[in-house]
Amino acid sequence: MPLYLNEDQAMLQDSARPFMAEQAPVAHLRKFRDMDCKDGFSHDLWKQFGEMGFTGILASEDDGGLGMGHVEAGVVLEEIGRNLTPSPFLTTSVAGVTALNEAAASLREKYLPGIIGGETVLALAIDESAKHRPERIAMKAERSGNGFKLSGKKQFVVQGGSADALIVAARTGGSAGETDGLTLFAVDKNAANMSMESARLLDSAMAAHIEFDGVEVTADAVVGEVDQGWSVLKKVLAATRVGSASEMIGVGSGAMDMTVDYLKERKQFGRLIGEFQALQHRAAHLYSEMEIARAAVLKAQQLLDEGSDDAELWVSIAKAKAGATSDLAVREGVQMHGGMGMTDEYDIGLYMKRDRALAEFLGDANYHANRVAEMSGY
Amino acid sequence: MSDLERFRAETRAWLEENCPPEMRQPMKDEKDACWGGRNWTFKNEAQKQWLEAMAGRGWTVPDWPKEYGGGGLSAAETKILRQEMARINARNPLNSFGISMLGPAMLHFGTEEQKRHYLPPIARGEIRWCQGYSEPGSGSDLVSLQTYGEDKGDHWVVNGQKIWTSYADQADWIFCLVRTDKENKYQGISFLLFDMESDGVSTKPIKLISGNSPFCETFFDDVKVPKDQIVGEVNRGWDVAKYLLGHEREMISGTGGGDRAGSLGAALVDTVGKDDSGRLDDPMLRAELARFDVDALAFTAMSERFVDEMKAGKGHPAQPNMLKYAGTELNKRRHALVMEAGGSDALEWESERSSEGVRPRAWLRTKANSIEGGTSEIMLNVVAKRILELPGA
Repeated sequence: MPLYLNEDQAMLQDSARPFMAEQAPVAHLRKFRDMDCKDGFSHDLWKQFGEMGFTGILASEDDGGLGMGHVEAGVVLEEIGRNLTPSPFLTTSVAGVTALNEAAASLREKYLPGIIGGETVLALAIDESAKHRPERIAMKAERSGNGFKLSGKKQFVVQGGSADALIVAARTGGSAGETDGLTLFAVDKNAANMSMESARLLDSAMAAHIEFDGVEVTADAVVGEVDQGWSVLKKVLAATRVGSASEMIGVGSGAMDMTVDYLKERKQFGRLIGEFQALQHRAAHLYSEMEIARAAVLKAQQLLDEGSDDAELWVSIAKAKAGATSDLAVREGVQMHGGMGMTDEYDIGLYMKRDRALAEFLGDANYHANRVAEMSGY
Repeated sequence: MSDLERFRAETRAWLEENCPPEMRQPMKDEKDACWGGRNWTFKNEAQKQWLEAMAGRGWTVPDWPKEYGGGGLSAAETKILRQEMARINARNPLNSFGISMLGPAMLHFGTEEQKRHYLPPIARGEIRWCQGYSEPGSGSDLVSLQTYGEDKGDHWVVNGQKIWTSYADQADWIFCLVRTDKENKYQGISFLLFDMESDGVSTKPIKLISGNSPFCETFFDDVKVPKDQIVGEVNRGWDVAKYLLGHEREMISGTGGGDRAGSLGAALVDTVGKDDSGRLDDPMLRAELARFDVDALAFTAMSERFVDEMKAGKGHPAQPNMLKYAGTELNKRRHALVMEAGGSDALEWESERSSEGVRPRAWLRTKANSIEGGTSEIMLNVVAKRILELPGA
């Protein structure tokens, strides 16, 4: 498979790009931030995502979706990143749908139509500490009657407060540090004994701290097999990590384009600052890194879609490379904008904030570089 | 089974049968490579066998047309061949500036007669070419070159000096930029080909900080060059040169990843050793290696994308400048890490144990990567101007 978008993927890009730029540009994010919206995103826009067909990209055609792959999801995510569009796409249509694709028909029927229609929102409850360490999940799921009782704490549950259901990873066996004994559950938002405290993050998105104090779920809520949750979680993590890498490519590209435009219009010392070689070289270096990161992300997506054994390695390469590169893009962006880059009025700072949140989501660049070392045998 | 699947299966079987085991080991340095040419002596029987087998199928240049010695493969087939070669760590059967630089320019600008005359010997590794571009006063600023070819009717008489002519002392022929019009800066240069055994050509190696001499100074003293040995039009050699530089930059960038897609950290495990938890026994070096591996593997994806896009006629024409910049900077980092991992062993310059200092010599050699073929700074200038379209000179 050649390493560029094929015709169908390019067509999808041709529809996603203007859609996001027109319906949800950076001004849209500002509006939702300034009105202190409790969800941090527009339900109307989510509905429009459904009408455009974006929501069901990863769902199978049998389930009413488009049966497309990670490359296509990435095309949409890149535009989301470029426009800083607040939406539950990553947690719902990527993480949630990937989990549901491994679930029994009853769960798929329960959630997928709403997701595809742009009505239902899902969130991913994995992390229990400030740094992403999925192997160390300690939250308990004890058998209780026909179902389970969940007890423990989750944090950094993005969109948790507005989600209709949570995909929760908990232990039905084993102990923290082991991959055996994990089970995934789909937990409805109205479940009793669950308390949630949402916090606004630096990028204006909402993320929840959740306490589970004996939350009862039925056996039907299990996603995949009991004790075998790691195999499902691995797929969810791979899809969502590479998805967030795509979104970071969008964030980095958006920041870079804005910065290059600024270099072409801002005058200092009677000259356009883009004439200064010191800035030209840094901008060209950034461009080079962005192109390399973009290729790595596309490679990871293609391998994931092919079901290749190399996909896991490439997902970490992609997340590490995209993370380091979009970080460079936003840092250079703020610096090259000078004092303007520090003002709330200019958009470049918003890119820096969004990038920081995405970089942390499901493992930062260090975490993934470490995984590359582990998978390479050192 | 689709045609491509069948091609892959057949290629795999053929390589399995024809690639000798010695040619499936990584090369230690450039000297391990097969360069071919009139005076080439093969390092061993396996090197000869491998070149003959590959050249016999036209697979030293798989995507060139068959009538010019190529394999006539499509882009997709070529990619499969590369993948299957990489799978068994097969070496390049032939390192050749004829293949990587002159060939593509000849295919684009040469006459039918020239293609049939010059290309097949390149594909078979019979004629070794060198490049005459830089001059003592014209490095990255090539357009200022002074070597002059005086028009004598049916031939030119060339006088001047070239520098950094890689392996000129071992080459059979040279492709050379020569000023044929002193009035015009850009449109006064011609792209000439001539035999290094022509009267008036002399060359001597330049010893580098690595102790080796891949580069030469080359002098032309009344060298007679027949008129049909020009590629492209008179005074329009700059077009050929620019086209060729794109391929050269792509080739040099390959030193950063391309051929060596594996993990550097994994390759250095035995050198550094592991701690009780099975990790490289130097956490700071391990972290650096992990970051390097991420960057180097990501770069291989970029190289792959570039080749795929080029075959499909997509992509920006100035992209090779970006690849050259990123690839050469990566290669310098790679060898710096090899030195760090090697510790005091990597300092040995002359000893059998160190294969006569292969590590320090290779490390020092890489310092030229970001200078030769246009410096990193020049590459960044080109990207800034041609791709980002930043203002100014």
